[in-house]
Amino acid sequence: MRKIEKVDKTIVVPGDLLSDDVSKAAEGTYTEDGKVYSLIYGLADDRERIRVIPLSGKYIPIVGDVVIGMVSDISFSNWKVNINSPYEALMHISEYPRRIESSEMAKIMRVGDLAIFKVVDVDQSMKIELAPREGQLRVLRSGRVVDVSYTKVPRVIGRAGSMISLLKDKLDVNIFVGKNGRIWINGKAADEELAVKVIKQIEKEAHTSGLTDRITKVLEEEKHGVH
Amino acid sequence: MEFIKNGKRIDDRLPNELRPVKFDVGVLKRADGSCYVEHGGNKVIAAVYGPRAVHPRHLQEANRAIIRYRYNMASFSVEERKRPGPDRRSIEISKVSREAIDPMIIKEFYPRSTIDIFVEILQADAGTRSAGINAASVALADAGVPMRGLISSCAVGKVDDTVVLDLVKEEDNYGQADMPIAMDVRTGEVTLLQMDGHLTLEEFEQALELGKTGCASIAEMQREALIQKYRGEENE
Repeated sequence: MRKIEKVDKTIVVPGDLLSDDVSKAAEGTYTEDGKVYSLIYGLADDRERIRVIPLSGKYIPIVGDVVIGMVSDISFSNWKVNINSPYEALMHISEYPRRIESSEMAKIMRVGDLAIFKVVDVDQSMKIELAPREGQLRVLRSGRVVDVSYTKVPRVIGRAGSMISLLKDKLDVNIFVGKNGRIWINGKAADEELAVKVIKQIEKEAHTSGLTDRITKVLEEEKHGVH
Repeated sequence: MEFIKNGKRIDDRLPNELRPVKFDVGVLKRADGSCYVEHGGNKVIAAVYGPRAVHPRHLQEANRAIIRYRYNMASFSVEERKRPGPDRRSIEISKVSREAIDPMIIKEFYPRSTIDIFVEILQADAGTRSAGINAASVALADAGVPMRGLISSCAVGKVDDTVVLDLVKEEDNYGQADMPIAMDVRTGEVTLLQMDGHLTLEEFEQALELGKTGCASIAEMQREALIQKYRGEENE
């Protein structure tokens, strides 16, 4: 295997000693008796602060996250939305940009519809409130959505969006990546299919190095094969 | 029955020797985390689901996750067919196993949710609860559940007035004592300790020390198995 950028991260398991410097402890760690230990199974990253990047796990929403949700139910004044998390989220009728009646809710989003939301509130008991992103509700009526683990989202996006740019560059598709690991792809059917395939490969090989180069190669080979 | 001849046990092991142990991580595609363990003649599979929504709802806790642990023996796991379903023994083992792992999990991260652990014994040869706990612990880590550490478990006992590590079925059935231990090896915190049979105080202390060395070996194997899951893929 070619090694372009050597990943200097080591795999750690819960309870592994990471450091003696408590002040540098960040997410995925805990401190005990002046020492930092790993809280999860993942990749230890000690470039700045000491943190552990998860390799698996469930998406837990944070205020400000932009996610792709699927309407699972409509109640009197809320859309119930599945956001690929242990917790159901709600979007209240009043969050819709225009004043609407309860009876009109199904016209805007029906059960099974996918849309892009912003997480606006998460309380102590994990009650999650959503709103349309940037005041405009975007219901996804075309294209397709694939689910990947939320832990792989940074890899799908790439450093400063490099992976996404690559995909958009090589394929004639529009891609939107939700923080919860749902990815919307919209374009020509053949390109969409290839995008799904490549994203699945990124997910599977997320922890390896030199991934961008391999993906570039795959995209080029596939493109020439298809045409 | 004579258990120890020329310092060797009936399966040719030394008194302080574990049986061969093998861990396989992520063997189930649909589970959030999974682990298959072969511990001597024991074959055990553990699956972890969650954190996820609690059903039935009245079991949920407002400020933390609940942990549910189900230990189950397959009807074909023992020589005489085991009547399927939970019985007094497996309900007890489920309870003590859950309590062995529960204190390591940071439950406060996931209010109103459940983490479900399923342990299936496919083949039994003494020490299934220990093998189950070892598998469950690795499966939890594989599922990305935040924990203070891994729990490692093994049994100690007494045969022919000798304290021995990791009993096989014959030693368990006809021996003088059997004592499963589960612990966090790093802190030395013991989370499960049961005993069947008789040990003197000195023997008990000796057995506990021996058990701790066994758990330490198991812990190293658990850690190695988790690391290998990703290292193996990288070297493809």
